Amino acid sequence: MRKLATVLLSLCCLPLAALAAEASAEPAATAEPPAPVDWQSWHAGNSVSDLASLQRGARNFMNYCNGCHALKYVRYQRMANDLKISSQVLEADLLAPGSGNLDYISTALPSADAVNWFGKVPPDLSLITRSKGVDYVYRFLKTFYVDASSATGSNNLADPSAAMPAVLSDLGGVNQAVFRQVGDDKVFDHFLTSVPGSMSSAQYDQFVRDTVNFLDYAGEPAQIERRSMGIWVVLFLLLLTWLSWLLKKEYWKEVH
Amino acid sequence: MANEAYSKPGLWAWINRRLPVDTFLRSQLLEYYAPKNFNFWYFFGSLALLVLVMQLVTGIFLAMFYKVGEATSFDSVEFIMREVDFGWLLRYLHSTGASAFFLVIYLHMYRGMMYGSYKAPRELLWLFGMIIYLALMAEAFLGYVLPWGNMSFWAATVIINLFGAVPVIGPGLVEWIRGDYGIADATLNRFFSLHVVAVPLLLLLLVALHLIALHEVGSNNPDGVEIKEKKNAQGIPLDGIPFHPYYTVKDIFGVAVFLTLFAIVVFYIPTFSDLFLEKANFEPANPLSTPDPISPSWYFTPYYAILRSVPSKSIGALLMLIAVSAFFFLPWLDRSPVKSIRYRGWVFKTFFALFTLSFLGLMYLGLQPAQGIYVTLSRVCAVPYFAFFLLMPLYSRIDPVKPVPERVTFHA
Repeated sequence: MRKLATVLLSLCCLPLAALAAEASAEPAATAEPPAPVDWQSWHAGNSVSDLASLQRGARNFMNYCNGCHALKYVRYQRMANDLKISSQVLEADLLAPGSGNLDYISTALPSADAVNWFGKVPPDLSLITRSKGVDYVYRFLKTFYVDASSATGSNNLADPSAAMPAVLSDLGGVNQAVFRQVGDDKVFDHFLTSVPGSMSSAQYDQFVRDTVNFLDYAGEPAQIERRSMGIWVVLFLLLLTWLSWLLKKEYWKEVH
Repeated sequence: MANEAYSKPGLWAWINRRLPVDTFLRSQLLEYYAPKNFNFWYFFGSLALLVLVMQLVTGIFLAMFYKVGEATSFDSVEFIMREVDFGWLLRYLHSTGASAFFLVIYLHMYRGMMYGSYKAPRELLWLFGMIIYLALMAEAFLGYVLPWGNMSFWAATVIINLFGAVPVIGPGLVEWIRGDYGIADATLNRFFSLHVVAVPLLLLLLVALHLIALHEVGSNNPDGVEIKEKKNAQGIPLDGIPFHPYYTVKDIFGVAVFLTLFAIVVFYIPTFSDLFLEKANFEPANPLSTPDPISPSWYFTPYYAILRSVPSKSIGALLMLIAVSAFFFLPWLDRSPVKSIRYRGWVFKTFFALFTLSFLGLMYLGLQPAQGIYVTLSRVCAVPYFAFFLLMPLYSRIDPVKPVPERVTFHA
């Protein structure tokens, strides 16, 4: 009887034992080195038709980028109109002190100071997504790492020896880059977060995507209108094609 | 008959007694007989005219807002893209139009080569067309410089430096073209003048001559049969139909199809993956930063690939000049008794197919970096390209041609 009870009990415990085995396997997996990160295949995957993302991106830009970077071709009011941002929000949260809503988005950073501090004037970002592409900007903002040999204390995989410091590490965390030796070259393998940021990695990823999305918009504000207008133009032309085909067929009936 | 009509009262008759509008339209459209067997390839002449008009109209509006000058050009293009009502549409129509112009012209030229449209009596027609092609290349290059992006600047540098390959006067010529010791404000200003006044005027004159010559000799057709040799009692070609209404309605259909495809590019893929508008040109001109690689627009790349395939700049430039100008001599290089590819033999067809492949191959290779396998392949492609022209007097004579029918082939 006792034997039977032991057998039954152990049978009941089998699933539990399996669970325990799984649980103990997990820390074993994390102990293995992480897979190499192929950052060059990352895509921004943004969409300028996502209005909420554009609004968050505008907020991100004003709070984190505008201290050094301007958007000299973008007016505040135009941005607010396109992104459906109310004038109250624009004036309370986005407008730089001293700027009017019809002004272009400039930066308060004096150029002479910028040259002293960073060695160059931070580039205007109006056309950065058009000249470099959205994927480049996304990879740039996601691949800062600690580099004691650099003047800024940080470096970047997408733009090696970038003059820009890792200003977003408060949010995304401080990353150490782990390299592996391939022949004579040091090849980037993966990141190790040494100081976590205020955001989870998923939150920071969304933060960067929204910001890149906003810069994509800023590169060509007309693209929202362009895409929505295009479909009607193409539909009209398809109708014209069909009608002109009928007309052609009618006239050519008599040609033998 | 016409004079009687003009003696009537009314505005139309009043005008026609003073200006031969009616006579002109009759002779050029209603009583201009075109072969009835035109196929797909015959759409591109009228489409070229359409694109020309579109470029002129959008260009006029762009010039109202564009501000030429080293300090203003780049900003004014962005002003057009962002602040001018439908400015982005004007700009994309114009930039897409430039590529569409070359696409249409290349297909138009290819048609002429397939059906022997350059052969007698259409030699002058072909030559006018070739000069239009050269003027178009100049116009496209000049216009490419105007946005004053970084690729504008470096394309201008590379292309103008080619003139330095001219013996003796080369260096002086380069300076004279630039108007300065480097590509600068003076260069930009004169390019604007040439792009909006001089070359468009030349183009319009040449197009007029091209059309007058066409209507004098009449169109060739896919069979290469002269329709004027078989006429009815009224003197109307048996295989001809009035241009209007038959080809006007057919061309309207072609225009509608073309505009549909064109609109898809303008509204959804205006940069065409860097082929129509390049990334490097969204950075302002910067003499201190060379884009890598410097590549010309896709419609120049076959010649650019030939230029780069030779280590010597002067020989490369000479080969490029020959590659472009070889088309001029086709009417005299071709010794075949038949015009159309339909009745040519396997020898010509082989050379023609190799030429087609080498042109497309060079176009692709010119877009690649100038190194390793790409340079080798450019040399390989250049051989059948030049052989097509240089050996034509020989192979077109020995080509086993087929008998040409008396009348055009047409299935209603």
